[in-house]
Amino acid sequence: MQQSFINELRNIVGEQYTLADRESLAVYGYDSTPELESLPGAVVLPGSGEEVARIMALCHGAGVSVTPRGSGTNLSGGSLSVNSGVVVQTSRLNRIVEIDEENLTATVEPGVITSALHREVESRGLFYPPDPGSMNISTMGGNVAENSGGLRGLKYGVTADYVMGLETVLADGTVLRSGGKVVKDVAGYSLNPLLVSSEGTLGFFTGITVKLIPRPRSKVTMLAHFPALQDAALAVSAIIAAKVIPATLEILDRVTIRCVEEYAHVGLPLDVDAVLLIEVDGHPAVTAEEALAVEEICKRYRSSFFQTAATADEALKLATARRTALSALARLKPTTILEDATVPRSCIAPMLQVIQAAAAKHNVTIGTFGHAGDGNLHPTCLTDERDQDEIKRAHAAFEEIFDAAIAMGGTITGEHGVGIAKKKYLPRLVGESGIRVMRGIKNAFDPKGILNPGKVF
Amino acid sequence: MDYVKLINCMRCGMCLPSCPTYKETFLETASPRGRVALVRKVQEGELDQSERLLEYLSLCLDCQACASACPCGVNAGELVAEFTCERKESLGLGFMEELVLRRLVPHPDRLEGSMTPLRAYQKTGLQKLVRKLGVLKMFPKKLERMEGLLPELPARPLRQEIMEVTPAAGTERGTVGFFLGCVMSLIFSEASRATINLLSSLGYRVITPRSQVCCGAPNMLGGDLEGLKEAARTNIDIFAGYDLDFIVTDCGGCGAELKKYGHHLPGDPAAEAFGAKVRDIAQVLALHSGDLAPRLQPVDLKVTYHDPCHIAHCQGIRREPRELLRLVPGLTYAELAEADSCCGSAGTYNIARPGMSDRILHRKLANIAASGAEVLVTGNPGCLLQLRKGLADHLPHVRIMHLTELLARSAGLA
Ligand SMILES: Cc1cc2nc3c(=O)[nH]c(=O)nc-3n(C[C@H](O)[C@H](O)[C@H](O)COP(=O)(O)OP(=O)(O)OC[C@H]3O[C@@H](n4cnc5c(N)ncnc54)[C@H](O)[C@@H]3O)c2cc1C
Repeated sequence: MQQSFINELRNIVGEQYTLADRESLAVYGYDSTPELESLPGAVVLPGSGEEVARIMALCHGAGVSVTPRGSGTNLSGGSLSVNSGVVVQTSRLNRIVEIDEENLTATVEPGVITSALHREVESRGLFYPPDPGSMNISTMGGNVAENSGGLRGLKYGVTADYVMGLETVLADGTVLRSGGKVVKDVAGYSLNPLLVSSEGTLGFFTGITVKLIPRPRSKVTMLAHFPALQDAALAVSAIIAAKVIPATLEILDRVTIRCVEEYAHVGLPLDVDAVLLIEVDGHPAVTAEEALAVEEICKRYRSSFFQTAATADEALKLATARRTALSALARLKPTTILEDATVPRSCIAPMLQVIQAAAAKHNVTIGTFGHAGDGNLHPTCLTDERDQDEIKRAHAAFEEIFDAAIAMGGTITGEHGVGIAKKKYLPRLVGESGIRVMRGIKNAFDPKGILNPGKVF
Repeated sequence: MDYVKLINCMRCGMCLPSCPTYKETFLETASPRGRVALVRKVQEGELDQSERLLEYLSLCLDCQACASACPCGVNAGELVAEFTCERKESLGLGFMEELVLRRLVPHPDRLEGSMTPLRAYQKTGLQKLVRKLGVLKMFPKKLERMEGLLPELPARPLRQEIMEVTPAAGTERGTVGFFLGCVMSLIFSEASRATINLLSSLGYRVITPRSQVCCGAPNMLGGDLEGLKEAARTNIDIFAGYDLDFIVTDCGGCGAELKKYGHHLPGDPAAEAFGAKVRDIAQVLALHSGDLAPRLQPVDLKVTYHDPCHIAHCQGIRREPRELLRLVPGLTYAELAEADSCCGSAGTYNIARPGMSDRILHRKLANIAASGAEVLVTGNPGCLLQLRKGLADHLPHVRIMHLTELLARSAGLA
């Protein structure tokens, strides 16, 4: 990147927040996506939305690409600059601007860490449900750009269900305001849903207003072991059919159970096919009733062990198995490929079978855990990037898994986004017309193609 | 350096919110994930060991909070320390390192001797005069900082005063070896005396071998692996002469290093056995909380606890100190926000990187102020030095104590 251009960036954000040395560029060449790396030409950390707009205008004029970056924890390569452009990291834009207790909204800058917002609103008896596994480090901007989900998705939905208003800097540096604090708004096209999950390709969020809800007053945590996978899947369907919508309904498969037990010794039996972690929340009277219903259903479907946490400590213990799933798997091998194929929840059992068959066929280790309640599974392949043959086999297995997900009416990615990693699969899912419409939208927002190029399609 | 340890990092970023320097700068180069990537790129030949790269790495406190946060068991702090140590080792020890690490630190007598002028400096009133005249301003900044950190020194180091064998008070439950950290002995001897008294009152015969030497942690820091191994061998031999239930220390830094002797001397069963016997004092006291509780008298204070990195992150000890404090009647315990985040002391970091150290210290002080505590308890001399000075300068109404000082006081042993 030309020194004169770097100097102009420096004029906007200051010397300290303009990075262009080899070492800095090297560490902004990755995010949490395995196997991907691509160095930017410069990195800047603006201190205000206004600085973002000036950076954008500058880059627009010079035809240099801009890639927004929160904490770089996405799993699809979304925060990498593919053509040595400018990476704009939002960490300094980390103010919680307002918690409006009358309208039940929170307005934040994009660099606010998700769990920091949780803490702030929960201290006021309020609740912001989206809780991605990465919530202690992911940013709100990243969450909106990826439409992140979380453990509470089944009952409470995903980030998109909470975004009410956005302030977005467009490719040319002008500012777009969409939505706001109103619950109803039908003036013109709905732009928020377009911008949510746009992966930094349509605009740069500088302000985010989200909906809050009252904090649930109680929660009951339960754990059930199932010797047969099919029974666990039937129990999941039966729980929903009984009109109980748990906040959390998570599943661990046999490989994951073994890894968790070896690593954390939480007392899981090694001869069961599946473990379900179930949490119901809400009014105490309701949760008590729902917990009984869940217990009855699990037992009906031959759960070999069922436990309801009596105390908060016990609840934490029960949740340990699920919480340590990724750690336990990730420790086994250097490279961990974590996917998020998603199917209608009625297809959980066949999907788990497809995953196991694909792993066996291609001779790779895949442990699966995930959000059984909403059909979002995380088949996790444990491999070693130095073993190119195994990596190839892993990708072959995933190709089968994605194709199966599409065939079942599911999707190639439930929450991690397309980015660079899943570009190849998007046309299979949305078809030629889908790609054409998406390209049209991209053109309308960013005719010069400077916003996060090389992503999605 | 083991390459697999580097590629085990899956770059998930879970370490970022735990890292004190990332929290201050938001820079990837100042994050554990970034440091592992830098070291890896050097190993892969993609980056040179440039001045700038070393400068970035030197911002690491080696507090190992990242290791506690890492889902895959990567210890970025340790990896950076190993990298730095290996690099320094390959360059050979400089004159000063040779002098300090080989000729001073391993010899308690010389080390203690070197403190005599300092003690005289304080006792004769020279310190007051020097401070008043601002003479130190004429010397290098680092010297001024070092001088400011020093509390009033005890008349004599504990090592010279304590009996080699302190008998158990009452029925003997067992025998422990006491590892006397250099800084504890030289500066916080009252706390170590309290430790020994507590152990004895709980029925332990306490053996404090006078010939023991520094644990070797400074050698690691200075790039002197050989010196570290030498220290380990000496201490292992000395303690092997006794039949001990545990080897106890009240210095978090020593404890962390001693527990790693097996790792430093691979294949040496004596080193393995030594490491397995090492306990932080809080671990031993917590074993006997039932016996301790009835002896404790009310202490009417609001207290909070700062987790030393070497105790929480390096040894995984968090529950025991809190449980012990909660035993004390009358004591109100307030949990500290970000309790296990480094205080900025980090070995010699507060001298080497004063700017960053101060920023980290001020964050810690703000959390202490918010806790409303009148007493801050901790368990490591580095933290005691750093926070004592920080509190004196900014929160003079808050006192600092080692865990055993407070417990011994409540037990009427101090
Ligand atoms: C261990 C682990 C667990 C995870 N668990 C989950 C989970 O449970 N659910 C889930 O959905 N995801 C999960 N993720 C994925 C990831 O954390 C999310 O995608 C998260 O939202 C990314 O946030 P970030 O701040 O790191 O964004 P980044 O990775 O920095 O960026 C992500 C995308 O957002 C864009 N972007 C960032 N900020 C802005 C902005 N201000 N304006 C416009 N575009 C922007 C970037 O260009 C990029 O395309 C997990 C990841 C890891 C490593």
